[in-house]
Amino acid sequence: MAIADNLRGQKRAAMTGNEAVAYGMKQIEPDVVAAYPITPQTDIVEKFSSYVADGEVDTEFVTVESEHSAMSATVGAAAAGVRAMTATSSNGLAFMWEVVYIASGSRLPIVMPVVNRALSGPINIHCDHSDTMGTRDSGWIQLYSESAQEAYDNLIQAVRIAEHPDVRLPVMVMQDGFITSHGMENLNVLEDDLVKKFIGTFKSENPLLQVNKPTTFGPLDLQDFYFEHKRQQVEGMEHAKKVIVDIAKEYEELTGRQYSYFESYRLDDAEVAIVVLSSTAGTTKVVVDELREQGLKVGLLKPRVLRPFPAEEYADALKHLKAVAVMDRSETFSTNGGPVFSELRSAMFELEERPLMTNYIFGLGGRDIWTKDIKGVYEDLFEIAKTGQVKNKVNYLGVRD
Amino acid sequence: MARITEIRWHGRGGQGAKTAALLLAEAAAIAGKYVQGFPEYGPERMGAPVTSFNRISDQPISVHSSVSKPNIVVVLDPTLLSRPDVVDGLEAGAAIIVNSEQSVEEIRVKLNLENEDIRLYTVDASKIAKETIGRNIPNTPLMGALIRVTEILPYEEFMTQMKEQLESKFRHKPEVIEGNLAAIERAYREVLD
Repeated sequence: MAIADNLRGQKRAAMTGNEAVAYGMKQIEPDVVAAYPITPQTDIVEKFSSYVADGEVDTEFVTVESEHSAMSATVGAAAAGVRAMTATSSNGLAFMWEVVYIASGSRLPIVMPVVNRALSGPINIHCDHSDTMGTRDSGWIQLYSESAQEAYDNLIQAVRIAEHPDVRLPVMVMQDGFITSHGMENLNVLEDDLVKKFIGTFKSENPLLQVNKPTTFGPLDLQDFYFEHKRQQVEGMEHAKKVIVDIAKEYEELTGRQYSYFESYRLDDAEVAIVVLSSTAGTTKVVVDELREQGLKVGLLKPRVLRPFPAEEYADALKHLKAVAVMDRSETFSTNGGPVFSELRSAMFELEERPLMTNYIFGLGGRDIWTKDIKGVYEDLFEIAKTGQVKNKVNYLGVRD
Repeated sequence: MARITEIRWHGRGGQGAKTAALLLAEAAAIAGKYVQGFPEYGPERMGAPVTSFNRISDQPISVHSSVSKPNIVVVLDPTLLSRPDVVDGLEAGAAIIVNSEQSVEEIRVKLNLENEDIRLYTVDASKIAKETIGRNIPNTPLMGALIRVTEILPYEEFMTQMKEQLESKFRHKPEVIEGNLAAIERAYREVLD
């Protein structure tokens, strides 16, 4: 990690994705962090615990014995009324599963960086999105990041989104395991006081630790009220759509960096496009530029917000295209395509004229994805656009048959 | 030179191939370049062959795949020269820098590059490391050789950045800083083509 000069409240830096997240956590300075190390998230916990040990943050760091306990302690701290965070990957997320739902169901504004890694078995430590795709329906807001810069920026915005009174829901901030988590890149980081000012002080609505106003968290909630509480959670998600955009605007005023539900890259006049999350979107941009130089009208849509799922906005961004390929870095085993494909395809259903859509499953267990692979997808898309036929609804890219 | 300079480091676990890639990325980034530095993670163990990578450019870098056609290969351990992956993806005009006491001619034969348009350089980085740092850690001297061969950064600027990086990492071991800087300086002078 290296940090250089100061330019208008921001500093140029070189950090790995994990260092960027740990640095952001240092600036957020949560009251409580409870975390358990797991590859490839380990550096975050390691680095953050050294900030604690060096007295750079006034955070209570709870060294738990498992991820189940990590999320439980984080839930306890957030319910008590303080800002609480944890971080995990893969099987760690799987192990905290039941408490993941308790965090969102209790409307606790926890922020959790997740470094995407394949789930066992067979055991694999490298990147795919099977871990967080499984938690799409857990009631957490999900933000995906292409680079160290985006992981840092999303983390800081996540605090505001989670704690917004209209939302009060936990947020996961994703980046690709090893590819960005262990890759050193340039980024701009904010001055500490600007981050502190942006996130403000956390004020819990109903803290548990109030003698004069006793509150209950996690009581039995049966046929009489459970349904209403779930309905309210959906309301929170609905509100999050506006809040995410508002906070992105505020963040842009501070940093000059633009965020929304997704990033459109040379998409407006494109004929065919790829939809892909996280680091692979960066590789796809290189291919888009190359093909554009040859006069081919290709574009990219990179989802940032998958929960809530702003279906109308996604459909609107893609409706003018002749053909769309959704690339999924995880499997659903439905035999009907990956998770992002299924949702986007469903979002297009109301359109009178829809682009033809096809799905590519790629990169499972960290299998590298090359620019030539992505070029091949664009070639397939032009063929689909020309013939009007989708030969294969679901394709497997870069796998040996 | 390509728009992005791509570098592949070959070493053995413990020799500092990963550290070299990260240090180079940090130094170049702070000097104003766009960078990437990343290791290839496998079942790494002390002594096992490892690779790491850099991308360096004057423009933002968004590609996130591994490096398949490096412009520069740096070999930290001469015993790796028999492995075919050392010259994988090298195209005409590329360069390879080898830590070895042998001559450029001998290494060229060893790598089967007699008829290839590949620039080849050698430097006895292990000897330099032992004499300056006191241990066989060939990564920093090879960074000196790399700067000489590629001119990614002006030498003076690179040394200023390396001094800062080493000072922030080895605050409590000033002798390590001096030794590494001396190693880089010597390798910069002694690299042969």
